[in-house]
Amino acid sequence: MLYIIKTALELGFLYAMVPVALFISYRVLDIADLTTDGCFVLGAAVSVMMAKAGHPILGIPLAMLAGVCAGFVTAFLHTKLKVPSILSGIITNTGLYTINLMVMGWSSNQSLLKQNTIFSMLKNGLKKSNVLIFEKITDWYAVILSAVIVIIFALLILAFLSTRLGLSIRATGDNLDMVRASSINPAFTITVGLCIANAMTALSGAMVGQYQKTVDINSGTGIVVIGLACLIIGETIIGRRPFFKGIIAAIIGSIVYRVIYAVVLYTKVLPVEFLKLITAIVVALAIAFPAIRKWFSFQGKKINHSRGKGGKDNA
Amino acid sequence: MLDLINVSMTFNPGTPNAKQALSDFSVHLDDGDFVTIIGSNGAGKSTMFNAIAGTFFVDSGSIKLGGQDITYLPEHKRSRIIGRMFQDPLKGTAPSMSIEENLALAYLRSGEGFSPFSHISNRDKQEFREKLSLLGMGLEDRMKQPVGLLSGGQRQALTLLMATMVTPKLLLLDEHTAALDPGTADKVIELTKDIVNKNRITCMMITHNMKQALEIGNRTFLMSNGKVVYDVKGEERSKLTVNDLLDKFKAGTGQALDNDRMLLS
Repeated sequence: MLYIIKTALELGFLYAMVPVALFISYRVLDIADLTTDGCFVLGAAVSVMMAKAGHPILGIPLAMLAGVCAGFVTAFLHTKLKVPSILSGIITNTGLYTINLMVMGWSSNQSLLKQNTIFSMLKNGLKKSNVLIFEKITDWYAVILSAVIVIIFALLILAFLSTRLGLSIRATGDNLDMVRASSINPAFTITVGLCIANAMTALSGAMVGQYQKTVDINSGTGIVVIGLACLIIGETIIGRRPFFKGIIAAIIGSIVYRVIYAVVLYTKVLPVEFLKLITAIVVALAIAFPAIRKWFSFQGKKINHSRGKGGKDNA
Repeated sequence: MLDLINVSMTFNPGTPNAKQALSDFSVHLDDGDFVTIIGSNGAGKSTMFNAIAGTFFVDSGSIKLGGQDITYLPEHKRSRIIGRMFQDPLKGTAPSMSIEENLALAYLRSGEGFSPFSHISNRDKQEFREKLSLLGMGLEDRMKQPVGLLSGGQRQALTLLMATMVTPKLLLLDEHTAALDPGTADKVIELTKDIVNKNRITCMMITHNMKQALEIGNRTFLMSNGKVVYDVKGEERSKLTVNDLLDKFKAGTGQALDNDRMLLS
């Protein structure tokens, strides 16, 4: 049981920046950013290749910078060339497949063998520290490191979103007319928002890559839907208002999702291959919920209406 | 102050739907003018506002504001010196953000002295409070609430405050009280007069209320088919009645004024 919780916390924090990124793009900017899948692999590829070259720490900021570039391409296509936002993401995502292969040295997967990662560095550091309390938590090194990174960046984003630039970005997703009337250039705010969101996705990829000591060209498939599922799960648990709850919801949702994943994996109530289908159904239902509720209330109205008429006819 | 010189704008050119919304349109406003504008449906009133505000770039002609040529200045840059309000109260404010945050965004129009990473300071909040209390709607005690919770009239009053918070060179009001109930509309009109007079803002207001068009401001335009057919101010205007205005319109265009929202009261 403890093992399940530990695994869930590790993966929950490692992947948490993906729902945080989607919170920025999907909730704040109101853009479904499909760059996410490719951007996640890009982050992982940059970070693993850097670790392979002996620079695991430098690999993290570089991966984020690569993510910023990916976000910029999507934003440029959307704001300047007027490509619809979903298509912009898909185009960038498709292009990233080749870029990712290029980063990985034209190989579809790359693994770390004896090279250090940020995780192994912390693990060794804790072991050698000769401080009892540090040695005791050595097993939890991955949870600690990923949690610290996630919390730092979550706080930074929260602080950023209440700055004047942050407010402008939030207003862009809220009321575009008002933004233009307030001397804000929406092309600029959308670009900044997408760059930050993709930096966060790449950060998550970078952490996952070094943690698993491997990167695969297909490891990002479906990440965007899983991220949305995490965000929606989190929002269901802790709510959406005031808006800063969204970031906390993203992180909590990511952990809850991984708890569910771990339980399914270890108890084998379902073959684990089913998870992506279930995730997709959960996301579709959650996003469709308002429409479904409306349809049911409309059907109810129709039934009441015909009943009312029937009653009169009988009388 | 404001000059539109031979401005023309055709929508959907070269198609059967082509519509010349402004044709060789010229108008000059003096500093401090408050112009009310009435006209039939499709006369080009809102198109003129859109041209001035930069929603689109005009086909030909030039637009100058305060000596600066703004013909090809993008919309978001023009909004630094032009305040604008629409009929729809939902258009001017961001619903999921708080009153305070909306005001902070409006304050960005002053342009200088703000780092993009600065937060709303206590001094800003104090200033927002003072300005909100001028509206007399008790909004100063609800600064943390999302704007989406306010009524249409409150949102429109807030939008007015935001549009004039950093005094604009020109204020464009596009039937900004038309969607409000009569009582609230009166209140917003009073606020508009107060703020415009106090800050001596040059202002243009589209209205469908002919009486209001003659009472407020110092000048009135009658518009038809993308042109100003009657421009009146001073003594001639003060003697004018609503019926005179209808006659003028007929004389200027050869047809009766046709606006489905027109109020003659």
